[in-house]
Amino acid sequence: MAGRERALAWLYSKPEARAWALLAPGGFWLLLFFLVPLLIMFVYSFMPRGIYGGVEPGFTLEHYARFFDPLYLEVLQRTFVWSIACTVICLVLGYPVAYLIVRGGRWRTLLLFLVVLPFWTSFLVRTFAMIFLMRDTGLINNWLLKLGLIGQPLSMLYTPFAVMAGLVYGFLPFMILPIYASLEKLDPSLLEAAEVLGARPRARFQKVTLPLSMPGVVAGCLLVFIPALGSFLTSDLLGGAKEMMIGNLVQNQFSSARNWPFGSAASFIVMALVLAAVMIYLRVKDKNTGEAGSK
Amino acid sequence: MTPSPKGQCVVEFSGVSKSFGDLKAVDDISFEIQGGEFFSILGPSGCGKTTTLRLLAGFEQPDEDGGEVKLLGQTVNKKRPYERQIAMVFQNYALFPHLTVAKNVAFGLEQRKTPKHEIGDRVRRALEMVRLKPEVFLKRMPGQLSGGQRQRVALARALVLEPTILLLDEPLGAIDLKLRKEMQLELKALNKQLGTTFVYVTHDQEEALTMSDRIAVMDNARVAQLGTPAEIYENPRTAFVAKFIGESNFFEGQARERSNSRWQIGQVGETSFQVPHHPSLEEGCEVRIAVRPEWMDVFKPDAIPPGENALIGTIRDIIYLGETMHVIVTVPGSGDVTVAVRNEGQLIKPLTWKKGDAAAVAWLPEDCQILEKD
Repeated sequence: MAGRERALAWLYSKPEARAWALLAPGGFWLLLFFLVPLLIMFVYSFMPRGIYGGVEPGFTLEHYARFFDPLYLEVLQRTFVWSIACTVICLVLGYPVAYLIVRGGRWRTLLLFLVVLPFWTSFLVRTFAMIFLMRDTGLINNWLLKLGLIGQPLSMLYTPFAVMAGLVYGFLPFMILPIYASLEKLDPSLLEAAEVLGARPRARFQKVTLPLSMPGVVAGCLLVFIPALGSFLTSDLLGGAKEMMIGNLVQNQFSSARNWPFGSAASFIVMALVLAAVMIYLRVKDKNTGEAGSK
Repeated sequence: MTPSPKGQCVVEFSGVSKSFGDLKAVDDISFEIQGGEFFSILGPSGCGKTTTLRLLAGFEQPDEDGGEVKLLGQTVNKKRPYERQIAMVFQNYALFPHLTVAKNVAFGLEQRKTPKHEIGDRVRRALEMVRLKPEVFLKRMPGQLSGGQRQRVALARALVLEPTILLLDEPLGAIDLKLRKEMQLELKALNKQLGTTFVYVTHDQEEALTMSDRIAVMDNARVAQLGTPAEIYENPRTAFVAKFIGESNFFEGQARERSNSRWQIGQVGETSFQVPHHPSLEEGCEVRIAVRPEWMDVFKPDAIPPGENALIGTIRDIIYLGETMHVIVTVPGSGDVTVAVRNEGQLIKPLTWKKGDAAAVAWLPEDCQILEKD
């Protein structure tokens, strides 16, 4: 007992020790399961490929060089275009939803609950559900045929449309929630001030609501864009082989292709690109808001 | 927008009611505000004063059959705030945190399509009017300002529009006492200098008395009394008004007999006092009066001046307040009576009273304020 008290007293006397004590459990977890695997992959990406997976001793840059094959660059480009498109669509769909929830009064809790509800089921199961919806004999085609709106089934599954629908569906809550949080914090008296200063609803939104909800928009965009770049399940299940994204490429290298070093190299290239993209995005955003302030 | 001529009615509430669900926030209130007036709405929290201001600003609309709000002669019940010729200073200032001081002050001008070349000049002049140096403050963000400075920016943002009517919602609530006193005088000076009608909501009675031309005291969703500061203070209509504005001693009794212009009021027990005639008095009716502490005096029980009302009791406490001393006398049948006496220097000329002494509280019949039932 006395030992425990002494330890606690020591912790309280040293703020730094206390900080380390609080950081240690989480830090250990990240170190073991995030940083160590990352380091292993980094090392692997410079080593010759083993025939049955794994690596052989040695040093090579061939995996990085191989990535610049037009075939892979096309996958990379598609991944970026799709992720950006997915982010934009999520933003356009998500902002009004978040806005509505904030103004939802007593419905607010229920609406928020509905946004989070999909997380109760695994993403894999939900993606399979989308297959049932979109395939040629699926629900959507059945209804449309019954209503007589189409003569023969639309092929939706295994098209870019299906992939985009799946991506947007999966990531929409990650756009809605941060925007909701920033709109919810917005002081209503600022809106009233704008109104009494002569701002009609549209001007009020452009000059006050939107700029003040930018932190939520930025967070939402990052939360959608980054995981969209790395996603592979959606394009795999809904897109077929034609619509391969960089996530599928990496996954294939580690599984069927058994080329671990190339998979690692591809991962690191994507990571570097994401980092660069995010930094450019934040820089542009800071500059814009900075200008808005000093104009 | 030019200030309307003095004396013209700029705001009119006739029979205005506003409910939120079952709660009547404002219940059938009527008043008029004249052009150029400094008009205060005073009351405790929850009395409906803020709702009244919000009805005037257009953030709330009167109930379906809840009377009429008129601005400059026009009914504006359904008009949105941006369609009304008003400006407002908010309780928490409501400065836009993402805009500089310059942009904040220019906001209203931009919304009202003021020519660009005018805006810069007018923003500068508005800041100078509230005594902020433009060259120092134009580029600052609201987050970099002190409470008093934010207050001034909020005021500049409203005044720059040269509004006919300026609404102020407890704007001085969050700043310290000394600055508050200073701002009170500045606001009053601005009101007179610009000719703008000020409608000022506050729960601080001293603030209302200091600044206002007229005060509407609100209680329980209604206007309890409307009048000049002197009328409100010296002739409160109800016990609520007498209690809320300044301090008062209350006495009750029954009207016994009238001789000339005086009524003899008998209390429970054998004591009595006299009050001047009032139209509401008749023989046998219950009477409630209020007397301000500074209108009373303390005497030795055997030295009561003739012609004054006097009640005898015991001194319970003497409180030193600086400018005055409060002598609290417990009078049987009337409770504690507070008498304010001038402090002529306790070190040089101390009071001759001490706790426990028998003493008479006395006042002139003319100083009785006859109260209506709340």
